[in-house]
Amino acid sequence: MEIARSQRRTPAVADVVLGLPLYRSAPELQVRLEDFELFAIDRLRVLKGISDGLSRGKKPDEVETLVRDLLKSNMSHPQASEVINKDIISHFVLRLVYCRTEELRKWFLSMETTLFRYRFRLESSEVQRALMAEFDLPYKAVSNAEFENVKEKLGQVADSIGPKKKSMPNADTIFYKVPFEEVPELVAGRRVFLLKGYAYVAMNQVSSLVVTRFRSHLSKALVLTNRKWTSTIREREADRLTPIVESLSTSYLGPDYSQPREFAEISLKDIDQLAKSSFPLCMRHLFEKVKVVVIQSVLLLLHHKSIIKKNFPGVGLKLDDALAFWKAEFSRKIGAERFDKEYAYGIRHNYGKEGKRTDYTPYSCQKIISSTPGVGDHHGCPFRHFRSAR
Amino acid sequence: MAREEAENGRDDMQIDGPVPEPVRGHAVTDGFNPDYLKIYYGKLFPHKDIFEWLSYGNDKKHPGCDQSYFGRREFSFTLDNDIYLRYQSFNSVSELKKSINEKCPIKIDIGAVYNVDPVKRHAYAQSDDNGFAPVERELIFDVDITDYDDVRYCCSGADVCLDCWPLMTVAIKVIDVSLRDDFGFNHILWVYSGRRGVHCWVCDGKARRLNDEQRASIANYLYLYKGNENSHKKVSLMAGPMHPFVIRSSKISEKHFKEKLVSSQNLFSNEERFEKILEMIPDESVTSELRGAWQESRRSSNLNEAINVSRWELLKCKLQSRKHKGLRKFVEEIALSYAYPRLDMEVSKHMNHLLKAPFCVHPKTGHVCVPIDPKSCEEFDPTSVPTLSKVLTDHMLVTPKF
Repeated sequence: MEIARSQRRTPAVADVVLGLPLYRSAPELQVRLEDFELFAIDRLRVLKGISDGLSRGKKPDEVETLVRDLLKSNMSHPQASEVINKDIISHFVLRLVYCRTEELRKWFLSMETTLFRYRFRLESSEVQRALMAEFDLPYKAVSNAEFENVKEKLGQVADSIGPKKKSMPNADTIFYKVPFEEVPELVAGRRVFLLKGYAYVAMNQVSSLVVTRFRSHLSKALVLTNRKWTSTIREREADRLTPIVESLSTSYLGPDYSQPREFAEISLKDIDQLAKSSFPLCMRHLFEKVKVVVIQSVLLLLHHKSIIKKNFPGVGLKLDDALAFWKAEFSRKIGAERFDKEYAYGIRHNYGKEGKRTDYTPYSCQKIISSTPGVGDHHGCPFRHFRSAR
Repeated sequence: MAREEAENGRDDMQIDGPVPEPVRGHAVTDGFNPDYLKIYYGKLFPHKDIFEWLSYGNDKKHPGCDQSYFGRREFSFTLDNDIYLRYQSFNSVSELKKSINEKCPIKIDIGAVYNVDPVKRHAYAQSDDNGFAPVERELIFDVDITDYDDVRYCCSGADVCLDCWPLMTVAIKVIDVSLRDDFGFNHILWVYSGRRGVHCWVCDGKARRLNDEQRASIANYLYLYKGNENSHKKVSLMAGPMHPFVIRSSKISEKHFKEKLVSSQNLFSNEERFEKILEMIPDESVTSELRGAWQESRRSSNLNEAINVSRWELLKCKLQSRKHKGLRKFVEEIALSYAYPRLDMEVSKHMNHLLKAPFCVHPKTGHVCVPIDPKSCEEFDPTSVPTLSKVLTDHMLVTPKF
């Protein structure tokens, strides 16, 4: 993509299927510097809007409406012919912005994939089929004879995912037989029938196939973009694009707690009070559990401590204080000497004083939400993993 | 006592070279003994089989094979003094054997195959975070019986006995059949973890090349039991029809629940225990009816093992009766809550997780981590698994205890 101050542009027709770009390669376009930033901000509004909608727990139908509205209000352009270019340019700018760390890549990948999924859903089945062809999905529809063999199971799956909707599959329903690894989200949600490594994907689930392709392509592309960014672009564009790119990623995602910034140090004597007033709910729960659990069993702690420990540096607790905290909590059960021997290393490790010497940042909400606490575990996101009070 | 003696005598006991001297003056003990471990690694540990397994045909004999394959595999050793040696790698079976014999690790873990030799990872890691990455790894599962403490009354923590081991049998049955019939895998190895659970290695080429997202999707497909300390309901089924996988799994769970666990764990024998089960049924009229019947029967008949089964049958009959439509699914929910496999999800989701190698010796129990045949896993008895001292005695490598 060429950046220039000229207005001249050639429309990017390739790689677009009836208005839905696949972003597989950056088009030869000239972009004005103002547009570079403005388009990106507009797209960011869309992605951020989706992100907010998802975290409020919107249902698929509501997200569909949301996506349609967000696109309409942000991604339009006075010239109809420019709409598609704006779409493509803004995507590639944000790709540059969000390629730079694992966390950013994850967010961008997830939001762009969601956006694509709903845009795909909004398309007619004709366009959907064209897109499937475009992605070169080599799947054949299940034959009638084969369908008869698995009819009952397909019916059970259809029943289990759509409770009240009586849409029993019949011989007219088209199913594709696909290697299960191509449709991880359908497998994870048990929304397909699996037989000997193949998933039976119904026509209305085909978006998952296309989306998986889209996602894996974008995921790889982001890693490559990151390499290019660190090896050449950042340096070359230091006076022009780099400042724009660097400010864009922070302008919309809220404060970044993972970077060590100026923070007040807290001391051990305040931590009980602070835990009550200022810890996030998940940390506070763990903190209280630690104090209780120590009395019950040290073993349980072996696991939790790695999570609460990791967050202590981020809270601003100094290493010596952290050691003192854990020592006080542990020594009730196991004695100070054993503590020094067995656990002090782990804590010093978290403060980057041992082993790999990395200063660990606190786990993000995303990481805690996506963890799966098991039996006897006390960590996890209270809003996701804890049962509601009865 | 005997174990203490052996440990105390460790310092003055010398084993020289690969030819083991029968240990004199000390009885063979049941527990773990580092000196025996050295003999075991020297004489019995199947280095060659491990090498051949993990080479997957890339053994330099076949034309066109990937000669660097085995050498890019991470091994990790845990030494006696709790030192962890990660990112060990070996280019041949003799290198592997030499290192194991020299270091005599109390635990050997197997990690992923990386894009470059793990020993040289620093040379690649500096450029950016994509320089050193796992490229292949068996799909693995880890089930620990410690995760079942809320549903077993015979043991707790790391202890196991024949009364609670059937929980592991259910885990093997449910996961094994799904991996074969649903996911189409064929090369599946089940291993006793040496103390409190089982490990599963899925070795098909397709399984080894799964990315993390695909691994997570399989783990989630199998993930039905969602209990943690803060959630009440452990298994929550959707109202109405179930996915074929859930139907099959709940059949397996219910069978073992009814035939084994209900009586081996005495799940209905006293009020505290049956109340825990009744708690899962949201219908007050049914629970009070059952409660009444059971308290009645306590007075009239004396307690015996059969009472557990008959109470379960009664509960099942009530829930499945026509009178209480919509309560049916609680039969499955109860059986699944008590018997469905509880997976350590994180182990299966990520390529770079380590897992203990088969045929290691568990340092606490002395048990050898032997494979389990899933076809006859009902017959597997964790309490009679050979111990380090037993295999050495059997092979006449140490003098037996009299």
